[in-house]
Amino acid sequence: MSIITSNFPVLLVITPLIVAVCIPLLGRINKRIPPVAAVVSTAFTLMVSIILLSTALDSGPISYWLGNWAPPWGIEYVVDTLSGFVLVVVAFMALMVALYTPGTIRDEVPNDKETTFYSLYMLLVAGLLGIVITGDVFNMYVFIEISSLAGYALIASGKKREALTASFNYLILGTVGATFFIIGVGLLYMVTGTLNMADLASRLPEIYDSKVVLTAFAFFSVGLSLKLALFPLHIWLPKVYTNAPSAVSSLMAATGTKVAAYALIRITLSVFDVEFSRSVDFGSILLVLSCAAIIAGSVLAISQTNIKMMLAYSSVGQVGYIVLGLALLNETALTGSLIHILNHALMKGALFMVVGIIVFRTGVEEISGLRGLGRCMPFTMAAFTIASLSMIGVPLTVGFISKWYLAVGAVEAGMWYVVPVILVSSVLTAVYFWRIVEGIYFGKAANVTLKGPTGLLVPTMIVAALCVVFGVAASVPVSVARLAASALLGGGGM
Amino acid sequence: MSSVFITQSAAPVYAIGVSLAAVLLIKLSERNPNAREFWTIAASVIKFSIVASMVPAVLDGKVLGCTLVTIVPGLEIAFKVDALGLFFALMASLLWIITSFYSIGYIRAEKEHAQTRYYMSFAIALSATMGVAFSANLLTMFVFYEIITLCTFPLVGHKETPEAMAGARKYLTYLLGTSLLFLMFAIVLTYSAAGTLEFNNQGILDGNVSKAMAIAIFVLFMAGTAKAAMMPFHSWLPAAMVAPTPVSALLHAVAVVKTGVFVVIKIVLHVFGIKLLADIGLGTALAYYASFTIIVASMIALRQDNLKARLAYSTISQLSYIVLGVALLSPSGITGSVMHMVLHGFGKITLFFTAGAIYVATHKTNVSQLDGIGKRMPFTMAAFTLGAISMIGIPPMGGFISKWYLVGGAIEADHLPILLVLAASTLLNAGYFLPIIYRAFFLSPPEGESAEGICEAPKAMVIPLTLTALVALGLFFFPGVFLELARIVVAGATGGY
Repeated sequence: MSIITSNFPVLLVITPLIVAVCIPLLGRINKRIPPVAAVVSTAFTLMVSIILLSTALDSGPISYWLGNWAPPWGIEYVVDTLSGFVLVVVAFMALMVALYTPGTIRDEVPNDKETTFYSLYMLLVAGLLGIVITGDVFNMYVFIEISSLAGYALIASGKKREALTASFNYLILGTVGATFFIIGVGLLYMVTGTLNMADLASRLPEIYDSKVVLTAFAFFSVGLSLKLALFPLHIWLPKVYTNAPSAVSSLMAATGTKVAAYALIRITLSVFDVEFSRSVDFGSILLVLSCAAIIAGSVLAISQTNIKMMLAYSSVGQVGYIVLGLALLNETALTGSLIHILNHALMKGALFMVVGIIVFRTGVEEISGLRGLGRCMPFTMAAFTIASLSMIGVPLTVGFISKWYLAVGAVEAGMWYVVPVILVSSVLTAVYFWRIVEGIYFGKAANVTLKGPTGLLVPTMIVAALCVVFGVAASVPVSVARLAASALLGGGGM
Repeated sequence: MSSVFITQSAAPVYAIGVSLAAVLLIKLSERNPNAREFWTIAASVIKFSIVASMVPAVLDGKVLGCTLVTIVPGLEIAFKVDALGLFFALMASLLWIITSFYSIGYIRAEKEHAQTRYYMSFAIALSATMGVAFSANLLTMFVFYEIITLCTFPLVGHKETPEAMAGARKYLTYLLGTSLLFLMFAIVLTYSAAGTLEFNNQGILDGNVSKAMAIAIFVLFMAGTAKAAMMPFHSWLPAAMVAPTPVSALLHAVAVVKTGVFVVIKIVLHVFGIKLLADIGLGTALAYYASFTIIVASMIALRQDNLKARLAYSTISQLSYIVLGVALLSPSGITGSVMHMVLHGFGKITLFFTAGAIYVATHKTNVSQLDGIGKRMPFTMAAFTLGAISMIGIPPMGGFISKWYLVGGAIEADHLPILLVLAASTLLNAGYFLPIIYRAFFLSPPEGESAEGICEAPKAMVIPLTLTALVALGLFFFPGVFLELARIVVAGATGGY
């Protein structure tokens, strides 16, 4: 047993990797095996990540040496409060979407591609988990590429032709982002001779004046901003979320940008440190960008007629919230930022899953087509309503918790003028969700014929319910996020 | 900071929960209207009993309370029953019983659609009203404030005509928009300054904020409480008149606007505290600001021909009396303010009930159509007369009591111009109510309508409106428990002053 538990950090990543490779073979034996394999393996990763997080909380960060090569030469995996927290979020959403996938892809992916789809799905999960757990910048780059490549293929697997252009668009911009990242890695390696994050963190402060380090920082931040779709680098995102199969949009919206945000936080606060961020005035740049993202995302969302497009632009705004905490750079705001990684994963995941169900069962994607659906799909629409309220930031939902910490953090930082930005965006969010909710419940129902199973509802309802559960009993995730935030601001945290 | 010992009690939770339970039962008995209406009535009676059962303890000087959930330390959903909250809850739950009977009469007479939704929304609205009344902190208050907005939306837009939906949307935009933008902002700033959101008799901000910050927070709070319908955030109220009349009665006399002024009183007394407001002169500013609304809204009311619209502007004006009273920051002013909540409640609900009865019996909506209607609807118009007299504030109606205290408060606070405001407003009130009474009783009906024969609305409507009118009359002679509670409120708020 102990040989397994002591190797949990690596099992977390290689389990989905191995399953990804095996799925094409298993699929040849019986087409029913891949979905089961996906669910079982993601459930395993969830279990492992929960154990890792609780161990990290109990007895401090876990350091795992890959192949027993000591860092800084070997690759090190690190589970501290922050990475443990994000791992649990990613693994949980991966499991929920894996449960949800079999129902929807029948319609959205050509029959002969289904097995490949699961294989790519597991590859994406492995990549995302790898980005979070690794303590090595080059290894992080490798996982970014693994998750991106799997992502491009998954997006393109949709039946719609637009999926191909969306995927290609993302491929170009995503590759630019990843290339910027690797240039940053290269520059840091050039001046320090190391790739290990902790080692970098100890060597960098001596040479913070160096122009090379500054350039590396710039490459890292721009590259990752592209991956996390920080306004105005968001242009790839709406088309991707709109045209990808529902399962892919759900997983990517819930975890993809969050993991990129994690990487940005990790690089700027763990590899570099708070003093460096302050000395280059990184916060001010991010503050402007995140406020612009929050407002622009909401405004653009209002003008959409396609519901997936609307959710996608709303994601652009929500990414702004996560970055906002990083911009304010105090413990309360950063707590808000980190808790928003979980909270936004839950609410946007639930919304995309609901929309997937709607598209699957009615074929409607236009907002105007949703009128009166509240009567024929009461549970689906209840999930949608809960998630919408959460997006608005109504108290007792998760959305309120993040906004509260960000707003209080902004006042603490003396930047009270950020609070109206948050509140205005709440109102704008209320505008674009209310018109849907009102139509759902008060509109005259169009003649829609419902088809398909209702089994999709189970994972969707779980995620939507958690929007309320963690909005009421927020102490647990908030205390974890606060620990992570104080570690990040306290001195590296790795 | 005076810390009040809180007696643990789940009674406030039950008071809130009983109508939520009713929501479920109403939905389940959708197919059987009589059973469905039974649940509404049963819930309203039980709710009133629970609220009333807390009166002795509170009169004893106790404060009941409990914490429902702790979201994170510092953010809690918690309840505290003090005199002010109980006062409000007592009035709202009493009026709900009467409104329920009236609703049933009105809705059945008009054969309205979506009746189940109607009763469910009504029950939720009352739960949330209790939630606001018993809230122990700003967050709890905010949550229930928003629930009221959301669950009354289907009531305002009940008819689902384009006009109704437009009115409902305006209603939602004003109430949700201002509360999300300003009220939440004020709450965040308050938390950052005071480190707590818990209400306290002496206020929580004193000593924690600079003068400029206090003014900013106060302005945000007032702008965020659009339910109190102070200008310029008042125009949702006339727009919401598209609702069925029992809803207007609920909106105007019970749940929505009274929640607004209750929140204002809470903020003045229990967030800022009399001392802080007096120190920075904000009480005076608010008093004159409210005076502006009193006069202007009354002047607009004069020009309304639609009866409900005239009543709506009258409400806007009367609500500012309540704000004015508390803004005077003097014992009599606060007494007048708190008393006016209940006295205006009974008076205004009577007026709306009569407007609804007239509509159901004759389908008339405008003042100019009411010539000679007093002979055909004697009970209704008699009740209307009592209600109108109470609004104007002439003895022997309850409205006189609050006006008396307001006058006393203005003298205590040494703001003599306020007396002029009160006098002018009394004249204006008389100006827009007396012509209606004159038309009803002394003009002959238009040609083609018979003047003879009684043609009243259904009994389920006439009895409630007669009752509320009699209560408004009775409160002049026996203000009893309400005045006692108001005294405790004043003693608490001025204790440290």
